[in-house]
Amino acid sequence: MFVQVFMGGVLLGFIYVLISLGLTLIYGVMGITNFANGDFLSLAMYAALVFNVQMNLDPLVSLPLVVLLLAAFGALAYQLLIKHVLKASNMAQIFVTFGMMIFLRGIMQFAFTANYQMVENPLVSGTLNLFGASLSKPQVVAAAGALIATIIIYLFISKTKTGWALQAVSENRDAASLMGIHAQKMYMLAWIIGGACVGVAGSLMAEYSYIYPEVGAPFGTIAIIVVALGGFGSVPGAFISGLLIGLVEVVGGFYFEPAYKYLLVFGLYFVFVVLRPQGIMGKRRA
Amino acid sequence: MDKKTIQVKSLFRPAIIVPAAVVLVLCLLPQFIKGYPLHTLTLIILYAALGSAWNWLGGFAGQASLAHAVFFGLGAYINSMLQVHFEVNPWVAMLVAMAGVGIISILVGLPVFRLSGPYFSIATIAIGEVVKIIFINWKATGGAVGMYLPIRESSLLNFQFNDKAPYYYIILAFYFVAVSITYWLKNSRSGYYFRAIKEDPQAAKALGINIVQSKLLAMVLSGMMCAMVGSFYVNFTLYIDPDNVFRFMTSVQIALIAVLGGVGSVWGPLIGSVIILLLSEGSRAYLGGIGAGLDFVIYGLMIMLIAIFQPNGIIGAVENYRKKKRLKKRQMQEATDAAKEVGDHGAA
Repeated sequence: MFVQVFMGGVLLGFIYVLISLGLTLIYGVMGITNFANGDFLSLAMYAALVFNVQMNLDPLVSLPLVVLLLAAFGALAYQLLIKHVLKASNMAQIFVTFGMMIFLRGIMQFAFTANYQMVENPLVSGTLNLFGASLSKPQVVAAAGALIATIIIYLFISKTKTGWALQAVSENRDAASLMGIHAQKMYMLAWIIGGACVGVAGSLMAEYSYIYPEVGAPFGTIAIIVVALGGFGSVPGAFISGLLIGLVEVVGGFYFEPAYKYLLVFGLYFVFVVLRPQGIMGKRRA
Repeated sequence: MDKKTIQVKSLFRPAIIVPAAVVLVLCLLPQFIKGYPLHTLTLIILYAALGSAWNWLGGFAGQASLAHAVFFGLGAYINSMLQVHFEVNPWVAMLVAMAGVGIISILVGLPVFRLSGPYFSIATIAIGEVVKIIFINWKATGGAVGMYLPIRESSLLNFQFNDKAPYYYIILAFYFVAVSITYWLKNSRSGYYFRAIKEDPQAAKALGINIVQSKLLAMVLSGMMCAMVGSFYVNFTLYIDPDNVFRFMTSVQIALIAVLGGVGSVWGPLIGSVIILLLSEGSRAYLGGIGAGLDFVIYGLMIMLIAIFQPNGIIGAVENYRKKKRLKKRQMQEATDAAKEVGDHGAA
């Protein structure tokens, strides 16, 4: 039984990692927390649903299209909103993303109603036996997809020139711009990657999850906790803390009371961050 | 000019006239407004009081909390539990709620004030979620269903009225308490400490300011004010449930009102509250019927536009405008002085 629950936690953890990646990159390069990240996820799931209903495409098939759409949406959000608050106060930056969150929820409720909807006849369904644990197939596919996407993003950041430039801006904006790196381009890139990550996650989740305007909201909150626990701006930190939080949520929810699973997650975060304010892998900021 | 005219003139300064006019208008409004608009007006004043309380911690001391709904909700819950389970008088229950929330805010503040910037804000989000989960699952508070207050005879002592106007005047009185505290903070030693901590915590520490103590004072004041307003709220609506008072969006709205009005200003939260509540209530009233969600679209859009074009809040914009005007005046003065000098020189 423990294996079963443990595996469930790991599967959820990989999804959390992917959703948190864009968030931590954006924070790393420009110090902005995107509170609308969860609503980007809802948007991706609705995009997958629309492709499914209108063109009869399975979410796993329409994944590249959804990723492109969400990446474009990230670029759009940066160009229309974020670019204009780069020099504004922290509060203004936070409120722009709050406004975006309310706006997107409103749009989705208006366009798709508040009803719970689902993709009909998904490509992958049923359960699968793995190491003696019976797991939902679409969730295994989603976790595997999330892991692959995470590895691709990680390789992109650590092995390509553009990725190095992104890291350089994250380390020291002024020095990076002296080296000829266009900081604003890197900001936009971070938002594009952020959009793409949620695009992948949303497509994978649309395969098995109900879809409604606030479906992404708890994921958005958890992702912020993941990023803060892992250390703002740290990709390995987000990986470790995403897995940890997935495990705590599922294992804790099973052995204690399911109603209290988020209590454990937030409690863990709270205790940890009070003892170690910079998070697992974060750098101490003065 | 003799001394007397100066005194009379100083009494009619805009700094005194404008607030006096605002107070007068606020007191007279229920004479002209009844029913639903008065209900909205009561909520506007309620949020202005909450925004002021946020301002002490967020605006003066620079600790941007996203959990003020927690203080508000705890105040409301303690008040209603004392009334429902122990039949305590609502006013006594309010005092107990304020004391209780004051103690809780110290217990919460001690660990959280080790964090700064986004870490602080996100820790407050976590606190908000934890409290909400506890109250949704706690049987003594009615769980997710919530609890109703017993209906009593209409009287001031019972904190229940058949008419809406008395409620309005009570929350207005509470709001004036908040405004007085803001005035006091603006000109007191503690207030200067708060601002010093916001500007530069290291320098403030070097000057011998006890940072944790100052932040705790801001937090306790802020928490107790929210508990007072929360007590009012539950007696006003006679019903409470976790989703109603502990909603994350309520915390966001409180902060938004303070920031939109003008961070650290006395009357800013009132301006912010008028704008935000008219926007949210108005779009709900006029657009809610057309299509669910459209009201949020407009509301969200306005928030984004305000954050982009008016990031310093309305009061900030007004002050900037006045500063520019003053600067222009001074430049003009300097220019004429210089011209005069040149003229004198030429004449000589």
